[in-house]
Amino acid sequence: MRNAFVRALVELAKKDKRIELITGDLGFGVLKPFWEGLPDQFTNAGVAEQNMISVATGMALEGKTVFVYSIGNFPTLRCLEQIRNDCAYHKANVKIVCVGGGFAYGPLGVSHHATEDIACLRAIPNMTVMAPGDAAEADACVRALVETPGPAYLRLGRGGEKKIREGIDNFAVGKALKARDGERIALFSTGAIFDEVDSACDLLKNEGFYPAVYTFPTIKPVDRDLVESIAKDFELIVTCEGHNVLGGFGSAIAEILAEANERKAKALTLGVHDRFTDIAGDQAFLRSREGIDGQGIASRILEKMRG
Amino acid sequence: MNSEQLSWLIRRHCVEMTHRARASHIGSDFSATDILATLYADVLRYDAKAPQWRDRDRFLMSKGHASAELYAALAESGFFPVEELKTFCENGSRLLGHVSSEVPGVELSTGSLGHGFSVAVGMAYAAKKSGDVGHKVYALLGDGECNEGAVWEAALFANHFRLNNLVAIIDRNQMQSLDFGENTLELDDSEGRYRLADKWRAFGWRAIEVDGHDLNQLKSAFEEAGENAKKEPHKPTVVVANTIKGRGVAFMQNDVLWHYRYPHSGWEYDDAVRELHERIPSGVVDPYASSGIMRVARPENDGEIVDDHALSSSWKSSYPEQMRRVEARPGTDERVHAVIEDKQ
Repeated sequence: MRNAFVRALVELAKKDKRIELITGDLGFGVLKPFWEGLPDQFTNAGVAEQNMISVATGMALEGKTVFVYSIGNFPTLRCLEQIRNDCAYHKANVKIVCVGGGFAYGPLGVSHHATEDIACLRAIPNMTVMAPGDAAEADACVRALVETPGPAYLRLGRGGEKKIREGIDNFAVGKALKARDGERIALFSTGAIFDEVDSACDLLKNEGFYPAVYTFPTIKPVDRDLVESIAKDFELIVTCEGHNVLGGFGSAIAEILAEANERKAKALTLGVHDRFTDIAGDQAFLRSREGIDGQGIASRILEKMRG
Repeated sequence: MNSEQLSWLIRRHCVEMTHRARASHIGSDFSATDILATLYADVLRYDAKAPQWRDRDRFLMSKGHASAELYAALAESGFFPVEELKTFCENGSRLLGHVSSEVPGVELSTGSLGHGFSVAVGMAYAAKKSGDVGHKVYALLGDGECNEGAVWEAALFANHFRLNNLVAIIDRNQMQSLDFGENTLELDDSEGRYRLADKWRAFGWRAIEVDGHDLNQLKSAFEEAGENAKKEPHKPTVVVANTIKGRGVAFMQNDVLWHYRYPHSGWEYDDAVRELHERIPSGVVDPYASSGIMRVARPENDGEIVDDHALSSSWKSSYPEQMRRVEARPGTDERVHAVIEDKQ
């Protein structure tokens, strides 16, 4: 996914010299195609994220389209106030790119688990928040963000994500995309957790359930129309994210469901259980511990459907 | 309008604006007033009728709490009607208590310290990348603001990218919101060998130290900054302007009380206006009280002012002499705080 991001950005930046990429001294190897291919549009701002975000703002206010790259919580929580006061308030054309949403850097410890970023960034006015589920979605997000002026947050997985679908038609910021047709249950997925959602569907098939699956490359603005329409027709809406259940994607959906006039669907919010993960583990292990691996997701859905 | 006239008018507006709005930071306004007056009268290139003119010099007020003086400087420089200053902090006004970019001539909204400087660095960097050599970027920081780590991140970045189109100005008034800077986070070293300007030099900057209330020195410093950019094109310039918080009104000077306190009705307001009128430059008319204030009530010994939120010791005139720095070497008196000489 991160390689798709870099590939797309290199292609776009070759055509549009206003595009700049700033890294906070991270992206070894990953950013090489951009660094070597477009050295005049590349900056390493050093290990200084607060300054990096404000510098990006200054450059954006002077007409640049600035992508800022780092991992985990470094380009978000470390410099949240700079994002709010400088980027977002001034509607600066800054795109903050984080590699390693959720438990992508699982074994590295809590400092490297990005599990509150969606909640924080979503709460800031003017921000667009995106979390693609595979390389194709990441590619589409980058292209859309270049076309959409203003501040945005792009949350990427680390790589190796399963391909969701053949080709994306009519990609647009703020629109969810169907990944599977189904009935009774609708599964909403954002970001790299799609892999687990997909496995859960295969398990549920054996139990006689055929969930529809939608991916949400955009978390803010969220696809309200789709959520409202699904809420009318389906029995259960399940959200799944590699993020705390508080304030994230599930909360964004729950906010709509709470106000929906015609609603049949019950809701189930799956994610990290508002706790720090203080034992070592890779992404698969930590997801399973939080019940957001394929098996865990399937079990929670079965519990809910069978009461 | 010359810088002396502009300087007087900024102070006069600040008294009026903070008084009407019951707003804070007049002390911070006053320490940087002469810097702003020099910039807007003699240094910055701008077109008040076209605030977004591409080749304008960018000025960013990183110490965003000193908003009243910036609004006053902009209004007097023609960016918007002077009359509007009266709406400072009123419901519905665009003149927010911390610097707002909704106001014509303001490049960036600020208020949280350590942001504006980094944005200025980004603007200077973008100009370099685009080959825009027609303008400079200026940022005014408080010395208390230099407590913020982001300031030093930006100082590193500006050096690394050789931003000779950038001029930082430090309003070195030695005082923060609760106390003297040296009692808070000292910016000079404990042995007095390396001062704040030396820190910037060590970060790769050219540093110029001036009396921040001497309009000629300030103007020369900015000219020197311009020459430096050519002579030493690998260096950004910082002007460390030694100033006095509250400068211009005797009872506000060098007193932490006036970081937050506004001039109350009665003797505080009256005496401030009276004192400003002692030094009104020729050609300037006070827009609020053209003949000044003749009879000034005197403060009462146990007036309400002594119960203000500052430490009571800070209101006593003996306060500066009694304050001591954190003693690095106990048993000596070398840490006694020296009050800045008022050269007035």
